Amino acid sequence: MLNNVSARTQSSVSIRELSLSFGSVKVLENLNLDIHDGEFLVLLGSSGCGKSTLLNCIAGLLEPTEGQIFIKDRNVTWEEPKDRGIGMVFQSYALYPQMTVEKNLSFGLRVAKVPKDEIDRRVARASGILQIEPLLKRKPSELSGGQRQRVAIGRALVRDVDVFLFDEPLSNLDAKLRSELRVEIKRLHQALKNTMIYVTHDQIEALTLADRIAIMKSGVIQQLDDPVTIYNRPKNRFVAGFIGSPSMNFLTGELAEEGGHTVFKTNGVSFSLDGYDAYGPLKGGRKVILGVRPEHIKVDGDIAGGEVHEAIVDIEEPMGADNLLWLKHAGHVMSVRIGGARRYAVGAKVRLAFDMSMASLFDAGTEERI
Amino acid sequence: MDKSLTMPTISGQAGSRLEAGPQGKRPRKTLSSRNIIVYGALGLAALYYLVPLYVMVVTSLKGMPEIRLGNIFSPPMEITFEPWVKAWAQACTGLNCDGLSRGFWNSVRITVPSVIVSIAIASVNGYALANWRFKGSEIFFTILIVGAFIPYQVMIYPIVIVLREMGLYGTLYGLILVHSIFGMPIQTLLFRNYFVSLPEELFKAARIDGAGFWQIYFRIMLPMSLPIFVVSMILQTTGIWNDFLFGVVFTRPDTYPMTVQLNNIVNSVQGVKEYNVNMAATLLTGAVPLIVYFVSGRLFVRGIAAGAVKG
Repeated sequence: MLNNVSARTQSSVSIRELSLSFGSVKVLENLNLDIHDGEFLVLLGSSGCGKSTLLNCIAGLLEPTEGQIFIKDRNVTWEEPKDRGIGMVFQSYALYPQMTVEKNLSFGLRVAKVPKDEIDRRVARASGILQIEPLLKRKPSELSGGQRQRVAIGRALVRDVDVFLFDEPLSNLDAKLRSELRVEIKRLHQALKNTMIYVTHDQIEALTLADRIAIMKSGVIQQLDDPVTIYNRPKNRFVAGFIGSPSMNFLTGELAEEGGHTVFKTNGVSFSLDGYDAYGPLKGGRKVILGVRPEHIKVDGDIAGGEVHEAIVDIEEPMGADNLLWLKHAGHVMSVRIGGARRYAVGAKVRLAFDMSMASLFDAGTEERI
Repeated sequence: MDKSLTMPTISGQAGSRLEAGPQGKRPRKTLSSRNIIVYGALGLAALYYLVPLYVMVVTSLKGMPEIRLGNIFSPPMEITFEPWVKAWAQACTGLNCDGLSRGFWNSVRITVPSVIVSIAIASVNGYALANWRFKGSEIFFTILIVGAFIPYQVMIYPIVIVLREMGLYGTLYGLILVHSIFGMPIQTLLFRNYFVSLPEELFKAARIDGAGFWQIYFRIMLPMSLPIFVVSMILQTTGIWNDFLFGVVFTRPDTYPMTVQLNNIVNSVQGVKEYNVNMAATLLTGAVPLIVYFVSGRLFVRGIAAGAVKG
């Protein structure tokens, strides 16, 4: 795999069989990842899944125990951080408190002994892109959180790097600012077209920003796909449950043969699997988990046809634009998303139709999609 | 007066309730029993500390005839600075009769280089231990910490031999070396804990920006570390200035530090005990740490607190 040059030429960052352990704790294990040129890749996972560790390995701040890292076809596994062509933006901004914004931006260039007029030119360009010119003479302590993070992005910008690394850059900001800067980062990526690797635990950030998302759990990438595929065709139950809010409904049951068709059966109620796009032929008798997202269950007037079930309203959660119904059916409680204007009384009977083309079936043992 | 400009009068039940003000007693009185106990205890403690100082200052300003009257708390009837002059320039210690001035300058020559050398090395040590985790750094740190707990007395004789072999025994350089080394464990611990408390991402950012070991130390860490340098300087200055044991062991009479000289003046057995000169000499010796505390006390507290929050 290591001498497969043609596979590497189109990728900006390549990670080959990377492992890292702290003492006896294995944080990353035999990890492979190819990031295309100009791609926005999001590493998504809950805390402790190894996503920040992976980013620090790419940055050269952590030494991998095994494996190799390529950036722009150069093996940088043992390279110093500054020689890798990367810029990094941290969660805590990490601005040098004693320096003005201007000095913060130019520090890397001054260390590299770049000529003064070249430094001025690059600082002017970066501060123009990020609209921080009025702040250049201020100290970081005189800036707001959003302004600080903009300066931190600028610090990566002035160095003219190939790859931007973001380590949860928006986690310290309040909700409003977070969504503003999220848009700004996306705009920045569209303008610069650099490769960007972005670590977050926020699925909204991941879904909105990413070209592709890598979902990680205990040091292993669970699925690497574009956001739509991740959302609609999750590879396993972990990915299905991690993405989406409110979470996907999971019904445990088994496959059964009824009238020449394979159906899903739970607590004596059978569900037609018409429209489900399976990897292979589905056979009866297999223990499975059916996963359906709240918006893929149609209620009353929305039903276009197909098999219809009946359920009872348990709880109603109006959320403005949407209305979330918790329904009791076949011994399960499931959430269903309907329009905000449609209200139901608790205890009311509703008719349901499951959109199986958007559902997911997982093997109950391996929890892999089938 | 135009009626519309006056405050509307509050009437009825709501008004009377408002006029009555907040219900219950005002919670704190100046002369509550709690305050009397607190301030009384604090006052007593302060008095306990200050009375000896008062006696010393008063006695040092009296002439010998007045001291012989025996009234140690009374202020001087006739203020004289004679004892201070004598303590500084004329008091006899062993062979020399040029007062404490010789010891003062010896102490300065010992303290200044010792403080500079020990802080310079310890701060780099602490920075390396906090940020550049090298192989065996934990073991190195443990050894250093153990060093802080070994009683000095145990090491005196071996050090005498080492200094003799190096040809430094009895010289100021020998004592400077000893002070610098003995300050190392606790100073390194102090600096390490301070640097650990600084955000790690700052260090990472500097590395990405391409700064090396010394560039990060001088351009990122040093400008952020003034409080801990002040703490360290105060601890070292007062510690080394007040040292007696190393001073008496590792120097000769003409290189004695001030503390050793003070001891010799106070304990001299010939002639009359000149209490006023002794008091003046003691105050002179204690003046340097005292001034250091007064000048940098506020920074000291800030530095201690900064290191204490984390690490």
